[in-house]
Amino acid sequence: MNMKRRVFLKGTLASSAVAVAVGAGLLSPRQVLAAWPKAAFEAKSVNDAMTGIFDTDLAPASDAIKVEAPDIAENGAVVPVTIQTSLPNVESISIMAEKNQTPLIANFSMTPRTGNFVSTRIKMGQTSNVIAIVKADGKIYSARKEVKVTIGGCGG
Amino acid sequence: MANSIKIRARMKGDSCEVKSLIKHQMETGLRKDKKTGKVIPAHFIQEVSCEHNGSAVLTANWGTAISTNPYLSFEFSGAKKGDTIKLSWVDNMGESDSAEADIK
Repeated sequence: MNMKRRVFLKGTLASSAVAVAVGAGLLSPRQVLAAWPKAAFEAKSVNDAMTGIFDTDLAPASDAIKVEAPDIAENGAVVPVTIQTSLPNVESISIMAEKNQTPLIANFSMTPRTGNFVSTRIKMGQTSNVIAIVKADGKIYSARKEVKVTIGGCGG
Repeated sequence: MANSIKIRARMKGDSCEVKSLIKHQMETGLRKDKKTGKVIPAHFIQEVSCEHNGSAVLTANWGTAISTNPYLSFEFSGAKKGDTIKLSWVDNMGESDSAEADIK
């Protein structure tokens, strides 16, 4: 099955649909340029979320990425997470919670000036791996840490 | 409307460390109003960006699973004490805000 052709065709159809929508005044130019990766954020599996951003779901584990998060989250609605990496030329850092309904939580685009970590707080629906995906030098790596959650925090 | 962004930007050696707190509900769209039984629509920040001297030092795409009143911390190089940084966000309903802070 030629996945690349499917992705290309899907992209072509999507952009022409967007062009029609802009013409009809339904989408402002700013929204078009922003291009929030909806498919990736609405994907229901880690693999689909990864394919949505990176066109691949392969991300070998790397010791050069550290996922700092509590072993047990007191409150699943506010789980502090810091992703740190010693990989050079980091292009992006993505954070996922494997068992959330929609695993992708955030995607940070780094610049050559950005430091080697991001720190934030996430919602987790249940005990799950927190997965960090780091794109560095064009290659994609991952690391994970299990966080136990007693009270889920997604509100569902 | 009161500014929703608190920023602390401090030089740590050669890097500027940024810690920010944004006031935003980050509603997931999964909760139901207890009185009406209706789903509370998703209302969450989708994009965050931080600029220094006119260029972006970090941009982020967020989903609904970033916690309410998001905390964000990161570092970047090439800045000095007294410079200004600007942090901005846009949410899924087209609302936005931005704030500037001097680097201490």
